[in-house]
Amino acid sequence: MNSLYTYLFIAILLFTLGIVAVFLRRSLIGMLIGIELMLNAANINFMAFNRYLAPDPLIGQIYTVFIMGIAAAEAAIALSIIIAVFHKFHSIDVEQARELRG
Amino acid sequence: MNTLQSLVHPHLIAQIGFAFVVTLSFAGALIAVLPRNILHNVLGLILCLTGVAGLFLYLGSPFIALMELLIYVGAICISMVFAIMLSRPLHLSLPARRPRKVVLALAVGAGVFIMLNALVFRTGWHPAATRGADWSIAGLGGYLLTRYELVFEVISLLLLVSILGAIIITGHIGRRPNE
Repeated sequence: MNSLYTYLFIAILLFTLGIVAVFLRRSLIGMLIGIELMLNAANINFMAFNRYLAPDPLIGQIYTVFIMGIAAAEAAIALSIIIAVFHKFHSIDVEQARELRG
Repeated sequence: MNTLQSLVHPHLIAQIGFAFVVTLSFAGALIAVLPRNILHNVLGLILCLTGVAGLFLYLGSPFIALMELLIYVGAICISMVFAIMLSRPLHLSLPARRPRKVVLALAVGAGVFIMLNALVFRTGWHPAATRGADWSIAGLGGYLLTRYELVFEVISLLLLVSILGAIIITGHIGRRPNE
């Protein structure tokens, strides 16, 4: 459990699941969940490199906090777009939302 | 570390805890991706992020673990639940998954998995020559207010802009059809 590769492998698995979610799901919230999984894989990578390789163990933590802030902003915008799309098309299926300006 | 490993029990407990945390995050990620009910997906995401917070504890940073719980579980997942509540996609009928799309998604996932594994396990990772030992939260706050202050402020501005944008996007919903 105490090696860099373990954490990198966990991050790869989470990233792969996120990619599969983005390609597989048709609902917008499912795709957003995939994006959050991928961002978490990036966070695990930052923290693992921070723990095992970095010269200063504070910088990786700071970058992880930054990624979390950006993920929060992205989720707020994405969810408001999802609500707007639902009111326009009465569905959150990406294949139903075909018009740019109705 | 040697003193910890000479005693069996704390090490064993740490390993069991690590296995538990990893299982939690994978089970959560699978629940977040595979079921078709979207509320189950969000609950799976909450499980997965709790597991990832445990991983951050094992990586030596309780602060980041708490931030993960607070921001991801407490803010992002709860706002997803609110979005589901406001858009009510649960009552809609779900069209069947097309097998071609499933196969393509799994193929892309397998490709990315193999590629990243080759990348990670063929690279020789070397630790830095001199490694600092300062893991304190006080040091973290010091960096945030000195060296990384510009990034910190820009991210606060980004959050403000995104919240205003979210309000404007959802606020125009009712008015669009009457234009």
